[in-house]
Amino acid sequence: MNPRGDSTSGSDGAAEPRRKSKKPRYSRFTQQELPACKPLLTPAIVVTTFAFIGIIFIPIGLLSLSASGQVVEIVYQYDTDCIPEQMQNDKVAFIQSSMTNKTCTRTLTVPKNMEGPVHIYYELDNFYQNHRRYVKSRSDKQLRSKASETETTNCAPEATTSDGSVIVPCGLIAWSLFNDTYSFAVNSKIIEVNKKNIAWQSDKEHKFGSDVYPKNFQMGGLIGGAKLNASIPLSEQEDLIVWMRTAALPRFRKLYGRIETDLATNEQITVTIQNNYNTYSFEGKKNLVLSTTSWIGGKNDFLGTAYLTVGSLCLFLSMGFIILYLLKPRTLGDPSYLSWNRNPDGHY
Amino acid sequence: MPPTPPFGHWLSKHIKTGKSNCTHDREGESVEEMGQPELADADARLIIVGDPGRTDPHLQLAGNAVRTAKYSPFTFLPRNLFEQFHRVAYVYFLVIAVLNQLPQLAVFGRGASVLPLAFVLLVTAVKDAYEDWRRHRSDRIENNRAASVVDPRDGQFRPKRWKDVRVGEVLKVFADETNPCDMVLLATSDPTGVAYVQTINLDGESNLKTRYAKQETTSRPIGDEHPFAAGLIRCERPNRNIYGFLANMEIDGKRVSLGPSNIILRGCELKNTAWAIGVAVYAGSETKVMLNSSGAPSKRSRLETHMNRETLLLSAVLITLCSVVSICNGIWLGKHRNDLELSQFFRKRDYSDSDENYNYYGIGMQVFFTFLMSVIVFQIMIPISLYISMELARLGQAYFMIRDTNLYDESSNSKFQCRALNINEDLGQIKYVFSDKTGTLTENKMEFQCASIRGRDYSSGKVPLQDNGGTHSDLVGDQIWKPKMSVKTDPELVALLRSKVETEQGKQAREFFLALACCNTIVPLVVETADQTQKLIDYQGESPDEQALVYAAASYGFVLIERTSGHIVIDVLGDRQRYDVLGLHEFDSDRKRMSVIIGCPDKTVKLYVKGADISMFGVIQKTINLDIIRATETSINAYSSLGLRTLVIGMRKLSRNDFEEWQSAYENASTELIGRGRLLRAVASNVERDLHILGASGIEDKLQQGVPQAIESIRQAGIKVWVLTGDKQETAISIGFSCKLLTSEMTQIVINSNSRESCKKSLQDAVALSSKLAAISPDSENILRGTGSSRIALALVIDGNSLVYILETELEEELFKVATVCDVVLCCRVAPLQKAGIVALMKNQTDDMTLAIGDGANDVSMIQMADVGIGISGQEGRQAVMASDFAMGQFRFLVPLLLVHGHWNYQRMAYMILYNFYRNAVFVFILFWYVLYTAYSLTTAISEWSSVLYSVIYTALPTIVVGILDKDLSRRTLIKYPQLYRAGQRDERYNLKLFILTMMDSIWQSVAIFYIPYLAYRQSVVDGSSLGDLWTLAVVILVNIHLAMDVFQWNWITHASIWGCIVATVICVIIIDSIWMLPGYWAIFHIMGTGLFWLCLLGIIIAGILPRFTTKALTEYFMPNDIQIARELEKYQNINAATTSEIPMITLSQPL
Repeated sequence: MNPRGDSTSGSDGAAEPRRKSKKPRYSRFTQQELPACKPLLTPAIVVTTFAFIGIIFIPIGLLSLSASGQVVEIVYQYDTDCIPEQMQNDKVAFIQSSMTNKTCTRTLTVPKNMEGPVHIYYELDNFYQNHRRYVKSRSDKQLRSKASETETTNCAPEATTSDGSVIVPCGLIAWSLFNDTYSFAVNSKIIEVNKKNIAWQSDKEHKFGSDVYPKNFQMGGLIGGAKLNASIPLSEQEDLIVWMRTAALPRFRKLYGRIETDLATNEQITVTIQNNYNTYSFEGKKNLVLSTTSWIGGKNDFLGTAYLTVGSLCLFLSMGFIILYLLKPRTLGDPSYLSWNRNPDGHY
Repeated sequence: MPPTPPFGHWLSKHIKTGKSNCTHDREGESVEEMGQPELADADARLIIVGDPGRTDPHLQLAGNAVRTAKYSPFTFLPRNLFEQFHRVAYVYFLVIAVLNQLPQLAVFGRGASVLPLAFVLLVTAVKDAYEDWRRHRSDRIENNRAASVVDPRDGQFRPKRWKDVRVGEVLKVFADETNPCDMVLLATSDPTGVAYVQTINLDGESNLKTRYAKQETTSRPIGDEHPFAAGLIRCERPNRNIYGFLANMEIDGKRVSLGPSNIILRGCELKNTAWAIGVAVYAGSETKVMLNSSGAPSKRSRLETHMNRETLLLSAVLITLCSVVSICNGIWLGKHRNDLELSQFFRKRDYSDSDENYNYYGIGMQVFFTFLMSVIVFQIMIPISLYISMELARLGQAYFMIRDTNLYDESSNSKFQCRALNINEDLGQIKYVFSDKTGTLTENKMEFQCASIRGRDYSSGKVPLQDNGGTHSDLVGDQIWKPKMSVKTDPELVALLRSKVETEQGKQAREFFLALACCNTIVPLVVETADQTQKLIDYQGESPDEQALVYAAASYGFVLIERTSGHIVIDVLGDRQRYDVLGLHEFDSDRKRMSVIIGCPDKTVKLYVKGADISMFGVIQKTINLDIIRATETSINAYSSLGLRTLVIGMRKLSRNDFEEWQSAYENASTELIGRGRLLRAVASNVERDLHILGASGIEDKLQQGVPQAIESIRQAGIKVWVLTGDKQETAISIGFSCKLLTSEMTQIVINSNSRESCKKSLQDAVALSSKLAAISPDSENILRGTGSSRIALALVIDGNSLVYILETELEEELFKVATVCDVVLCCRVAPLQKAGIVALMKNQTDDMTLAIGDGANDVSMIQMADVGIGISGQEGRQAVMASDFAMGQFRFLVPLLLVHGHWNYQRMAYMILYNFYRNAVFVFILFWYVLYTAYSLTTAISEWSSVLYSVIYTALPTIVVGILDKDLSRRTLIKYPQLYRAGQRDERYNLKLFILTMMDSIWQSVAIFYIPYLAYRQSVVDGSSLGDLWTLAVVILVNIHLAMDVFQWNWITHASIWGCIVATVICVIIIDSIWMLPGYWAIFHIMGTGLFWLCLLGIIIAGILPRFTTKALTEYFMPNDIQIARELEKYQNINAATTSEIPMITLSQPL
């Protein structure tokens, strides 16, 4: 029963617009009827997907393995080796003493022809460059510009010297700069080690200032590592820049330099190591690594193996699914499979 | 506000005003149940007519300014924050952010740790502020509307803003104006003091209601100095009952009683009356409409309850992870106690200042700090963002539900309303539907069908009397007045009425229709038509039954033409006659009848009574005409078995003595202040006796369109339908048959007892019967599920009397047992509170979700009690809608609402919750694996900004989009196979098993993401930031691909959000790595330049997704669930063509 029609009041005009339909306007969007693709995992799609992954992955795996196989790598662990017999019981004392001779000369044999450039890495183990108190102990502002020299908030205890003047670069990371050095000779002919361009160009240009010079560095009670030449700006101190890119994992390598010449098979390389860096106090290991590179990086068989495994697993699954589909076929979209159409004792 | 005038001190002594007592807060419907409450003097509010100053000397009563806005500019920040922090999740967020501010625990930078919380708070605050601004604006408009108010100084009407109107002031309202406050009518343009109001803003009822000014005040001249001076109104305190008002007025030393028909409420529109003058009694926030504007009740969805259980599990996982980290850290510190003094990366000892330990507080403290720090680092294990995502998704789902054209009702022009925003997904898990009958299953548009007069049944041979229109139209001058609707008439009865031969049957028939025409509260309105010579009479009234009866009387030639407060004019077979209405006893639920005392033109006084059969047969004189009573009873039973609503009409001639006795009693009672309602009822009962039976009427309450099909669909969906009605058992059963709730194959169990013992016995019999039937059917398990087709279906019919003995006693269990094995339960003659009691019974006894649907005030308690309450916005007012969680126009919309939207919402929300748990867990596990290689020091390789943005930007949008838009099945399929709904009832999409599987998957994926790069890059020069970037990209791509694999329907929005998010992540990572301040400067470019990076990424994605993909392929093909089959059906068998069982969606054309 409709209230329209109060003839005496003449309200029809006012009431009419209020009665206008509130019916929602139709659009494919509001009715949730947008054109859509409804993918289904049909047997064909499943089998093809698995086969496709297998076909892609196995060649990649083989390629990776071969790339990794071409990499020639010489790893020499020298931390215990380079300590004289009589000091083996107290390695920390040996490394802390300024009186001991830390030079250590060894001969390495090149197992296979190494084409230049041969990368020289030092590898530390059990060194937590990713430890929270270590990663945070730096000042990026100070590294970048002279004006921010005093920004040393996170750098304790290497923020200032005991008399209060700022340390540049401050913080534990810089303080602990690696300071073993290596020199190489083949047949007593010294091989040049190119230490240029071992750091990221982006770091040299934007992260480390060319007007920032080391100041009060390594002057405290304990020497953590290398000293820096106070007359070279930080942007040129590539060893520092490399070191300041803190490693992701406790076992890591850092680029030391490059040998631009080729090393022939069975060549004897004489390495002179200045074993200065104290990893003995925390049982850290030190390795010297000479390695060529490939497109996959260094020597690492994991990825190739992983790809081969996943690839063959997928091929196997593809085969398995084919067999399963043949053994237990089912018509897609057969209403008799609906639970209320199946008889009650069917699997539910 | 006008300045307070000096007040007479005599007033302050005994006038107790408004606000001190708050115990008087009764719910509207309960007041109706109890009958009129008594007005004690201490509870009364005193109003001096025309004198606001003396009425309210201390300005204690609320002014007329309304304030729906929650905040002011000053209180916004504290109040809004206070409200927002009511969520536990935000408090957790805050605690973590505060923890992070401690220097020892600073894991993230200050900005990064506060950002997510600040973002969420800001978004919510902006939303709230906008809504509040809109409320402010509408308040301002409302408060500044103009009203015409008597100036107490000179008695002239002056315009005044609404907000300045005060209690006690006299106002004038003109036609079509909205009333500014609750006011007692004093006078109207009608000399008899009648005013018509439309209460559509108040309760949604569009028909006009009649309000009266008391005779004592209507005659007062307007424009005098103090037109209504010395009038004192004593009324009850403000309350929410919009259908009740209790007051009296002292004027000229006389006490006049006032009732709900003497008050016009704020928000009503004056219609058909040129002006009305009244005195404000309640203003502003104390008006009934404002007291009724409470928000939707807050309910919590079942999925969310389950989610909280899993959140607890995740908290346990979180605590375990943190404990592992902190204990390992302690062990590591202990083992390396001596090494750490010197080691370059730790350097416990500070050499510059003696032998002090630097930032080292001993192992115990370090373990404690580590624990707290790990809570900060792993905080997103508890997916805070999920709460916001869920709210956004629900908002989007509500948007689509509201805009669904299938849920729009053309006949009432009402859209679907989502009043509760947090239980959308419950619609997909309903197991029980409790439905009201009248107005819900039926239209509540009554149509007179047949009459039984003097025991004789006139229900055969219906001919519409349209053509020979002369009989039921009235000639006024040269105009023809016709009732707006005509009713099919019985030719035999018409002939009888017209016949000139005076028979007893004819006399009775005329009395019968006269009773129908005058025993009501209907107001005839004369409506112009396009044809100048023709006018329509529109009968406006509150009861659809009465309207039907008056239209019927008009069709038979007894046309009600005019009603004033003192008399009515009826055109009796072409002869205009005036009848004085001497008294009227309104309908109440105790007496279940109403009566009028009419002074006829022939100077006789007659009492006409109409009412429900049981109440009428009690007051009918049984000594004579016993056979007529018997015959009438037979007709009534026949009518009600056809599903008709029956009323019995009786009459009594009053002698002069009877009348005078009644008159004095009536006047005494109606001026009584205390217990007036009770006294009036006593007066009514006293006079309504020894009635002479005239006959009975049968009114059809038409079924709503599509109800049988809807019930069929709902039952196929595994939902049990219970009908709870106030109707008689026979009526209820016949309606049950007509809406296919009951079928002839069903075995009916009827419980209809009058005592506790018999109740118990019939329940036990019912249990025995049902178990016997269960035993003979082939699969007893099927019965519980209600799926079997081979078994005998059971229907339980129980009446309100029996329920009195069952509910809240130990018999409840028995009833529950019987009711659950029955397919259908019909409860008849139930009171509103019993409806709620039945719902409560099911809620307490089972975990199944309940839904209550109803349209009237009597359904409110049931709607609020059920898990999901649905209001039908129909004929019976808006109380049910106001109490409901969702409101819609028609019962049959339940099918698309539950089967389609409910199913979608449940599926979407369930997936969303699982996915969010998984997504955050993967990230946390990656962080955890890395922590194992950082000496348990909680370093994160993933930059802190990426950690923060992970759940906000990198992965947030796709899950919300999928949570709003994804559809596993199309609307057609879901409606064609209602059984698909059972997935939700079985908790198929979200359960502990799925949660554990998802968590295992997330652990595997985190292992793949972490260890593939770890193994590939071990012993390499890679730095933390580069590896972190690889992990970031890998996890984001993997979780998005994971989502992509589970998306059912890809439209352009899904594509855009998923692939867009991956692109956005790459851009964000690039931006973060372009900031020279951060350690990861340029790392992404360096690592992206290597082949190893891309190989790792590809390997991670394939290896990560492989287990899930394989499982999915296996289960979908070899263990398909119903939804999977239906999806295949959709794709391969083009079921769109065949839509045979679809519910017809054509809306009903309006009958006229």
